[in-house]
Amino acid sequence: MHDLTDLYQSVILDHNRRPRNYSVLPTANRVGSGNNPMCGDQITVYVRLEGDRIADLSFQGSGCAISQASASLMTVHLKGKTIAEAEAIYADVHRLVTTGQVDDDNLSDLAALAGVHQFPARIKCATLGWHAALNAAKGDPQPVTTEKPGD
Amino acid sequence: MSPAWQNLRADFPILDQQVNGQPLVYLDNAATAQKPQCVIDALTQFYRRDNANVHRGIHALSMRATFAYEAARERAARFFNAAEPGEIVFTSGTTDSINLVASAWGDANLRAGDVILLTEMEHHSNLVPWQLLARRTGAQLRYLPVVAGDSGLLDLAQLDRVLKPDVKLFAFTHVSNTLGVINPAADLCAAARKVGAVSVVDAAQSAGHLPLDVRALGCDFLAASAHKMCGPTGIGVLYGRRELLAAMPPYRGGGSMISNVEYFESQWAPAPQKFEAGTPNIADAIAFGRALDYLDDLGREAIARHDEQLATLAYARLQAEVPGIRLLGPARHRSGVVSFDLKGVHAHDVVTMADQEGVALRGGHHCNQPLMRKLGLSSTSRASFYFYNTEAEIDRLVATLQKIQRFFAG
Repeated sequence: MHDLTDLYQSVILDHNRRPRNYSVLPTANRVGSGNNPMCGDQITVYVRLEGDRIADLSFQGSGCAISQASASLMTVHLKGKTIAEAEAIYADVHRLVTTGQVDDDNLSDLAALAGVHQFPARIKCATLGWHAALNAAKGDPQPVTTEKPGD
Repeated sequence: MSPAWQNLRADFPILDQQVNGQPLVYLDNAATAQKPQCVIDALTQFYRRDNANVHRGIHALSMRATFAYEAARERAARFFNAAEPGEIVFTSGTTDSINLVASAWGDANLRAGDVILLTEMEHHSNLVPWQLLARRTGAQLRYLPVVAGDSGLLDLAQLDRVLKPDVKLFAFTHVSNTLGVINPAADLCAAARKVGAVSVVDAAQSAGHLPLDVRALGCDFLAASAHKMCGPTGIGVLYGRRELLAAMPPYRGGGSMISNVEYFESQWAPAPQKFEAGTPNIADAIAFGRALDYLDDLGREAIARHDEQLATLAYARLQAEVPGIRLLGPARHRSGVVSFDLKGVHAHDVVTMADQEGVALRGGHHCNQPLMRKLGLSSTSRASFYFYNTEAEIDRLVATLQKIQRFFAG
């Protein structure tokens, strides 16, 4: 049996209870949205892009603890990053939630997402906000849905 | 609960296992029911001994397969009390059955301005086929509302307002897969008949659970899935009144559904073969027949009583022992489906955590998105019972939800 505290680490529970940057960003110049039709998770990410830098970002949405906490953690970690840097961080997060392996010691509290890999049905919850944010930053107008091949 | 019900668990080998280190508590029966050994045996016996294609076969195996397949049709006709086996069309399940009616009956009989009446609690499978039909024909959709609040009952006071002579077809679910409500199907069919509308009953959640008699219901069409009735997946039935089936054009073209084929036109076989193009799902139909024997041996009145007892007990205990829970559907006179919202915990988290305790629930919108929106919910968790579930399993459910709540309150 997997220990539930592997999945619901205190960092996750904390971000679920008190999501960071949970608001509409009035200065946003990009908006991305994502939804998981399987369970009704939905998320909107607001990005202020300056050049290729994510100067600020926020999110709003509803969904399970994993989707909300992962999106909240994401806003903390992507603020101030270039798109390339953001993609590199997401690559690490994706590897983390699909394999449990940490490549980069700089992931800090994102490592709380490692437990997700033991729950394959929940991986899409963890990646939803990240997809929405990266799509917004890269100017892809398509809403993200989990019901598409690939994570 | 009587010891006899407890003993039935031995007929279901799948129930005897550990999930995540705990004895499995299977409470996802509204999604699919488990299969007794006799149904599994019927499948393997067919493939080991009798497998051949049906109809027009001359050799021994083909005759055996044809006989068993048609015997399954007769068995289903008896189960639903159809007037004759020819009123039973084998389909792949409820969704396929409803699509068959929407295509074959709907395209031939509906035109712009006609009204298709549905209810606000329909599963997507009894909603989307009608939306597609409306788009093809220009017919309009109209809805019988669900009353405000969480009881989930149909607002029958509105029936006369929405069921007018412009309604040509009234499709509704017998038992809601989200709310556990049992709708007054016979009354609704009678009301439809009064205005000259054809009635379609979605019996996916009722067929294996309640006594069901198409002639007593007075329905024109009824759709059901074997896999929710202890039978295999991929097989189901459409019951259709003989005159209606006889007048309908085919659903799909192919082998077995014709009487004569020329290069430029063909004549159709009579119903039900007219609607069963191609090699049918022979083995699953035969095993389905065995499942119907099993259910009738238990007695559907007894199954319904047991379902309701468990669901009513679960509803009362969850209400009393899990603070902050919001239960959907009526407290009593309900089917074995119990949906709920646990305050502050998303259904996905509830289901993941329950699974860690060996308790199989379902979380999501239950293919019922419009109703969820009306209830102000994006998803719920659902425990659904069948005759092999026990009161001890309700203890496990209550304890698990209390644990989840403590964890998230942390």
